[in-house]
Amino acid sequence: MKHTISVLVENRFGVLARVSGLFSGRGFNIDSLCVGETDDPTVSRMTIVVRGDERVLEQIIKQLRKLIDVIKVSNLTKEEHVERELVLIKVSAMNKKRAEIMEIVNIFRAKIIDVDHQIVTIEMTGDEDKISALIELMKPFGIKELVRTGRIAISRGGR
Amino acid sequence: MTKMSGAEILVESLLKEGVRDMFGYQGGAVLPIFDVLVDKPINFILVRHEQGAAHAADGYARSTGKVGVCIATSGPGATNLVTGIATAYMDSVPIVALTGQVPTHMIGNDAFQEADIIGITRPITKHSYLVKDVKELARTVKEAFHIARTGRPGPVVIDLPKNVSTGETEYNYPEKVNIRSYNPTYLGHPMQIKRAAKAISKSKRPVIYAGGGIIISGASEELLKFSETTNIPVTTTLLGLGGFPGTHPLFLGMLGMHGTKYANLAITESDLIIAIGARFDDRITGKTSEFAPHAKIIHIDIDPSAISKNIQVDIPIVGDAKRVLQELNKIVTKCDISPWHRKINKWKREYPLTYKQNEKLKPQYVVEKIYEVTKGRAIITTEVGQNQMWAAQYYKYTRPRTLLSSGGLGTMGYGFPAAIGAQVGNPEAIVFDIAGDGSFQMNIQELATAVQFNLPVNVAILNNQYLGMVRQWQELFFNKRYAYTSLEVSPDFVKVAEAYGAVGIRVEKKEDVTPALKHAIQTKKPVILDFRVEKEENVFPMVPAGAALNQMIEGMA
Ligand SMILES: Cc1ncc(C[n+]2csc(CCOP(=O)(O)OP(=O)(O)O)c2C)c(N)n1
Ligand SMILES: [Mg+2]
Repeated sequence: MKHTISVLVENRFGVLARVSGLFSGRGFNIDSLCVGETDDPTVSRMTIVVRGDERVLEQIIKQLRKLIDVIKVSNLTKEEHVERELVLIKVSAMNKKRAEIMEIVNIFRAKIIDVDHQIVTIEMTGDEDKISALIELMKPFGIKELVRTGRIAISRGGR
Repeated sequence: MTKMSGAEILVESLLKEGVRDMFGYQGGAVLPIFDVLVDKPINFILVRHEQGAAHAADGYARSTGKVGVCIATSGPGATNLVTGIATAYMDSVPIVALTGQVPTHMIGNDAFQEADIIGITRPITKHSYLVKDVKELARTVKEAFHIARTGRPGPVVIDLPKNVSTGETEYNYPEKVNIRSYNPTYLGHPMQIKRAAKAISKSKRPVIYAGGGIIISGASEELLKFSETTNIPVTTTLLGLGGFPGTHPLFLGMLGMHGTKYANLAITESDLIIAIGARFDDRITGKTSEFAPHAKIIHIDIDPSAISKNIQVDIPIVGDAKRVLQELNKIVTKCDISPWHRKINKWKREYPLTYKQNEKLKPQYVVEKIYEVTKGRAIITTEVGQNQMWAAQYYKYTRPRTLLSSGGLGTMGYGFPAAIGAQVGNPEAIVFDIAGDGSFQMNIQELATAVQFNLPVNVAILNNQYLGMVRQWQELFFNKRYAYTSLEVSPDFVKVAEAYGAVGIRVEKKEDVTPALKHAIQTKKPVILDFRVEKEENVFPMVPAGAALNQMIEGMA
């Protein structure tokens, strides 16, 4: 089972290594990890997606809390939250295919952000399912390159 | 305000933290620091290998309760500290390890004697700092000591680039630490404490299982009161020995792999286990699925991540052992459990901890005599292996901080430098390292340190000419195939002692043990006692790795 953990950390060098080392040192695999500064420049937020049973997850959270540079850990999977991911896809788009690609892009409310004779580059945000669906539909055209940010997430409502 | 160099700021900050003794080794990246140190009121002990400095700081910390401090140069000096840092980490020992580092502008360039010691020690430290700016130094030292000694203690590394030591700034030592993300929980939750008291009052077969946390939090008196008030028997881990009087009628001895049979049986039949400052290590639990199958478990620990890690806990209480026991002691009453006591006393009579006495020199006998001759008032350190287990089984520890042993990491070579550290911290104490012939050779070079600084430590080598504990496993589980465990070639330890300027005594006969020990204590010099013990003696009882606690192999008494 996948879990989304949101971690507030001191915005300092070495913190990412401590967090990721904690996972690797215990043989936990990270599915994705996103870091960015928050509104407070001394604090960063990490969104980490991991797989594991409840016991593994409980240990991960306790171990994260034990790190001196970690301010707060929440398990978003346990509460109402929204998740988003951003993907950039370079698809080969020779003349005839172009219209077809454009149509799919419109249906998905994605955007074309770059074109040349051979390729179009598509940008889309969405949850994991939507992104996977777009990728599947693009595969037949020939994906040249693809990059995903990994999941970021935030709890719903005013808490 | 006048400016000071980083090295001066460092040493002033150490003095502010109350540091009076320090262990370490010289080198290029730390030269400026030593240049300041030499004029300050800090008793500096120059070891002969940095590993010795880390273990000595550890032994100092465990025996005094203060933070131990060690220092080494960059690169190889720093990497030589690693085993000592890991040892301290596993046993929650507060040490601060200072390492030199190449100048900041050279970091990452594979400069001469550069090693990423922060990266290397990340998984074996409670926290670590690379000081990049001399302005950060005073605050860093303040935080490092605070983190090392509070909560669940542990080692902290401060990496000091050479230009930070030589750089200058104004010196202001902060009055307070403010780390927003670090607030250990000391007070147990009152509801949980009430629940625990209720469970205790209802139990019929309770056992207290106490670990090193008792000693770290200074909770031995509270534990004694708790046990005597409730009438509940106590077993301890290796690191818990001394946290409860070893001579007390309610004491069951150590539990686990080489624990007493009655402690392990009591755990197995118990209906309530009260774990205090212990972490259900695999050497304690044996097969976890069969550990205390009938018991509810109360777990008091300052580290939330220790709770329900190996064994599911019914009543967790996160907090400091001493504070929680103080609260519990206000509400608990005597348990009506005479049948349980009768059962335990029967086990104690039926399965006492013994060994086969004959005319030969037995290692257990040597340990018993050390106990007798020192009247149980010595500080004992151990190496690792059979020597360590016999030291745990046959010496009765009655006071906290009198047994220093590498439990979690099991580091051979720990005992001798730890003894040096303990002697520095307790100049009046009689200190014995109960050693193995293998382990002692891992840090034998520290003999020079002991001699140079007039530290009258005693090393009692239980010389069985084997890596005895490994040989025991080969005997029991590998058809007696003694692959690479024979130490038939070892130096003449008496001559080695003499070569270093220490005293060497060889003991081959039983009747010579007591006089030799008495003589060693009297000399007031470092002494190596080479006890030529029975070579193939085994440590019993023994729970084979992975077996349940009640599946013990017993020796023939
Ligand atoms: C640094 C280190 N290396 C290897 C081991 C594995 N080990 C555990 S006990 C032991 C044998 C110790 O021999 P000795 O010091 O003579 O003690 P004895 O068991 O004979 O009393 C070994 C090799 C260890 N614990 N530590
Ligand atoms: Mg040996």
